[in-house]
Amino acid sequence: MDVSNTHLLDEAVVTTTIDAVINWGREASLWPFVFGTACCAIEFMSTAASRYDISRFGAEVLRFSPRHADLLVVAGTISYKQAPILKQIYDQMPEPKWVIAVGACASTGGFYDNYTTLQGIDEIVPVDVYVAGCPPRPEAIIDAILDIQRQLKREKSFEVRNTEFKGKLDDA
Amino acid sequence: MLNTPIILQSSELFQTITHAKNVLGFTLLLDITAIDNLHKKRPASTRFELVYILRHAAFKETLLYKVSVADETLGVESISSLFGSAEWAEREVYDQYGIHFINHPMLKRVLNHMQFVGHPLRKDYTITKGQYCTSSQDLMDEMKPLLKHRNLDLNNDNLMVVNLGPSHPASHGTIRTLAALDGETIVAAAAEIGYLHRGFEKSCENHNYNQIIPYTDRLNYCSAIMNNIAFAKTVEEMMGITLPERGIYIRIIVAELSRVIDHLVCLAAGLLDMGGQTNYWYLYNPRDNAYDFLSKLTGARLTNSYMRIGGMAHDLYEGWEGDLRDVLTKIDFGITESLKMITHNRIFNDRLQNISPVSAKQAIDYGFTGPNLRASGVAYDLRFAKPYYGYETFDFDMVIGSVGDTYDRMMVRFDEMNESMKIIRQAMSRIPDGDINVNDRRITMPAKGCVYGGIEDMMNQFKLVIEGVHVPKGEHYGSFEAANGELGFYIVSDGSGTPYKVKVRPPSFYHMAAYPKIIENYQVADAILTLGSLNIIAGEMDR
Ligand code: SF4
Repeated sequence: MDVSNTHLLDEAVVTTTIDAVINWGREASLWPFVFGTACCAIEFMSTAASRYDISRFGAEVLRFSPRHADLLVVAGTISYKQAPILKQIYDQMPEPKWVIAVGACASTGGFYDNYTTLQGIDEIVPVDVYVAGCPPRPEAIIDAILDIQRQLKREKSFEVRNTEFKGKLDDA
Repeated sequence: MLNTPIILQSSELFQTITHAKNVLGFTLLLDITAIDNLHKKRPASTRFELVYILRHAAFKETLLYKVSVADETLGVESISSLFGSAEWAEREVYDQYGIHFINHPMLKRVLNHMQFVGHPLRKDYTITKGQYCTSSQDLMDEMKPLLKHRNLDLNNDNLMVVNLGPSHPASHGTIRTLAALDGETIVAAAAEIGYLHRGFEKSCENHNYNQIIPYTDRLNYCSAIMNNIAFAKTVEEMMGITLPERGIYIRIIVAELSRVIDHLVCLAAGLLDMGGQTNYWYLYNPRDNAYDFLSKLTGARLTNSYMRIGGMAHDLYEGWEGDLRDVLTKIDFGITESLKMITHNRIFNDRLQNISPVSAKQAIDYGFTGPNLRASGVAYDLRFAKPYYGYETFDFDMVIGSVGDTYDRMMVRFDEMNESMKIIRQAMSRIPDGDINVNDRRITMPAKGCVYGGIEDMMNQFKLVIEGVHVPKGEHYGSFEAANGELGFYIVSDGSGTPYKVKVRPPSFYHMAAYPKIIENYQVADAILTLGSLNIIAGEMDR
């Protein structure tokens, strides 16, 4: 946090920016919504379990309602059939929100270059961090969460993000 | 011996299958699929052929029928009145190939979305032609007849219709169930699948045999290696090759370990759904130890791609016995601790016993296999009925339940883990030294050092990579006792390195087809546990 102690009133007052305070709070309390569909979701289960334990990074409050969450973790293949549901869930999440695409499938369609699979979720929702791997190891998923934390520190806390994004399922 | 089909006329299809079921005793319909002959080198009499795969009540014999479809828009007689499992199987054929079934109760798409145009497994459908879907169907076309059948009316009877899934923490992936509720009780339900349809079968037609191995990993991703083995074993049967002893033992060891992992995940998640979080840690953590072993062995935790046609990627590493023994001890501990907490636990017993029982007869009709079928008291396990890889020489028991309720389905899995560990321990003590791969240059890659050192070996490797392993012309249905039940592959080869057609017989597909029926008259909270106990794996179900 960008805190400069001005010593006006000894230690009692700290001056800082509102962004720094809010982002400091947000950083360590990301609430993920896990949109787990396939094999990658199993590795997310491991990430949440005790060995890897994402609660060490303040992101263990897994929400299963998009309205409670601010981090969308898309773990698994997204088919064309699934795409409108993902879009709906993303839309239901309140701002500010971040998105992690876990694994090759969510990032690019992976090796399912065929008639069923959306070739990357960034065709329909904006993505902040892509994680490589098929599936990525739990450490890689944790690293992505840390990436989001680093990213959000630099953001304006009252700004709506990604206003210019237009996905394939957004109305023209 | 290869399982090749008997040719039938479409006019005699219904009668012959009725006869096979009622007189010959082929009571289990395993699968229905079709073949598109458009790209066959020698033209066939009709473009489409249907293949029916049945299994005898004593589970030893398989019967395959093949029927030419003169006109796919007219189609053939549906056999859904004979077998419950035929309903979804025929829907899939209709969805993928566009073949009509006369008298089918609800012939509509099952895997692809409703806005999809065309039939993707037809040879003239381009593999990469994706089609966007903008909305989901409301499923009322299925729900209304169900309610009418029960003399119920949505408004007059004050029913509420809710969606469980497709994005729901307890829907274990991507399964959607539409349930009509009277209070907390489900009076009618319909399920929709296909949210994880990833075009496995179409991809197979575009890759050579060894390239398909990674795709098979992702069918049932909780026990990836088992799918590898099931596929490789079917192809090897077609080629008439057998692995050296050591290779077979390695397959048995990793397969049984995968079965244990699969059951651990199923039970851990099922108990978590019930609020038993401590059980989750006890069962899930040893699984991570098993993954450590597998990643040391194969380089990957989950999707191992360890098998190859004719063997496997490499031998066991030095010191594997100690690691594996350690893993088994940890799993043993997890199971014991978990059982301590649930065996006499009133909540556990009350919430599971007598919930959604499936009788033996029903289970066979629905096409159940594996632990779900054994829970209903049917003693069917391919490792006993048609032993392969010398399973008959191991000392282990088949675990069967009595009433087929949610409790039985879970407890069968608990006990099966112990049986699998017995097999692993015996195999560890008996594993011989020697080769792991078949010694045939047309199948197995030469050693890396030789490829760099000699032109012949380099050419050999080049041909195997570019063209793939050539499988003799023909067709075969191979089956394997996977963690969830009978995992079968029906493969048609045209003699080249790429299969002409591959059809998976996924156990979960049929379990899911029965799910909306068996949760009726139980509560929503029961339905969640029933789903967990059936262990539906979307990757395998939707392919
Ligand atoms: S990236 Fe790989 S592991 Fe992840 S969902 Fe896709 S196929 Fe499965």
